[in-house]
Parts: sequence; structure tokens; C-alpha cells
Amino acid sequence: MSTYDTIADIIADTADIPRDTITPEAHAINDLGIDSLAFLDIAFAVDKKFGIKMPLEQWTQAVNEGKMPAENYFVLKNLAARIDELVAAKNA
Amino acid sequence: MRLEYFEMIDKALRFDREAQTILAEARVPMESPVFEGHFPGHPLVPGVLLTETMAQASGYLLLALNRLSLMPFLMGVDEARFRQFVTPGQILAVEAAFDQEGSGYAATKAKIRVDGKLVASASLRFALTPFPADMNTLMRDQIERIGLGDALAA
Repeated sequence: MSTYDTIADIIADTADIPRDTITPEAHAINDLGIDSLAFLDIAFAVDKKFGIKMPLEQWTQAVNEGKMPAENYFVLKNLAARIDELVAAKNA
Repeated sequence: MRLEYFEMIDKALRFDREAQTILAEARVPMESPVFEGHFPGHPLVPGVLLTETMAQASGYLLLALNRLSLMPFLMGVDEARFRQFVTPGQILAVEAAFDQEGSGYAATKAKIRVDGKLVASASLRFALTPFPADMNTLMRDQIERIGLGDALAA
């Protein structure tokens, strides 16, 4: 299963969102309405599944400081890419 | 335990920073308004309060580990099991062990034993957030109350 499919399943399950409404282009916050507490739940499941630590606080800070657009982390296809990077860094 | 005040833990018996575990004691009171309804003539500590007891032991563990730098708020309970009735006068040995942490959260596994026998267990998750105003002082007082003050200095 692709990283995107895995996180879409996790989001559907933990945030109670119908799986067929989740797309790679969806923005987790703006489109899917996932709030920060629900996102912690997702981070827990993603961390466990991939054996990583999603640096949510660091990402949020980068967005708040205008260093990175939110889309870079929170559009699901980009989130999948960030997770792939973290997994690759862990295995390097 | 002062059930009606949600003050579940009476004292910390052992805190191990290296093993990331805590053992605490909670004495079930002989009388409480809780028992008047749960159940009349058959007093039992509700499972939800045993869950809270495990959550508070876990919370003290996390506060001691992070030296009161972030406040844990319960955000998830998985695999909660209640295996025996817990009744007035019993002494609960409450164990919590650090399990996993990530950005903004931590997870623990907790157990309650009576006379060495497992009566409840659960996997718990907490959001770790900056302290709301004054809560740091409140939690420090509670940590002193249960005898865990030394853990903050160690």
C-alpha cells in the first residue's frame, strides 16, 4: 500500500471521515476540518505505523513564521512525501 | 482517594527516571457519595474512575519525566480492561510505564493491582501542551502532596 493510502486510511479511521471523500489534493485542516487534537491522534498512529516521529510542532512553527506554506505539510500528497522523507532519513 | 474530588492518587511509592515508570498507591475510601449510586448496597469503584486513576498515575509520571515543563491532558484510552470488582477499603497499586512519545503527545501503559492481582489495565494517550495559567503551581502542589517532589530535583 502506498504511503498516501496508508495515511488516508488512518485519517478516515481516527478522524471519522468517509474514506472516499479523502483525496491526495485534500488539505487536512482546510478541506477535511481536522483540528489540532485530532491531528495528534493521527500523528500517534502514523508514528507507530512508520516508526518515525512526525515533527508536528516544528512544522506548525515553520508555517506560523511564514517559512513554509501550510500546503507543504497538510495537503495529503505532500504529507505522504514528508513521511517518506522521514522514513528514508531513519533508514539512512 | 477522594473520589468526588477526582483526587485519585494518595502517594507515589517509586519513580524510576531511567526505566520511565512510576508505582503509586491509592486507598479506596470506605465511604463516598459515588457509592450511593454505584450501586446502592453494593459499592463498587466505577471503571471510569479506575481509568482516571491510571490516567493520573500516568500524568504524574509524565510530569516528573518532563520536570513540569508540559502539561499532559488525557486524549485517548485504548484497550481498557476491568478484571475484578474494586470495593471500599482496598489498597490499589497503580503502575504506569512510558510507552511512546512524539511531537505534542505521549503514550503510557498502566495497570492497577490489588494484593498483587491485576484488576485493571489500559493504554493511554496524552496531549502535551504548555501549562494553562496557574496550573503549573497546582500540579507542583499535587506532586509535593503525593511525595514525588524529589523526582523534580533529581
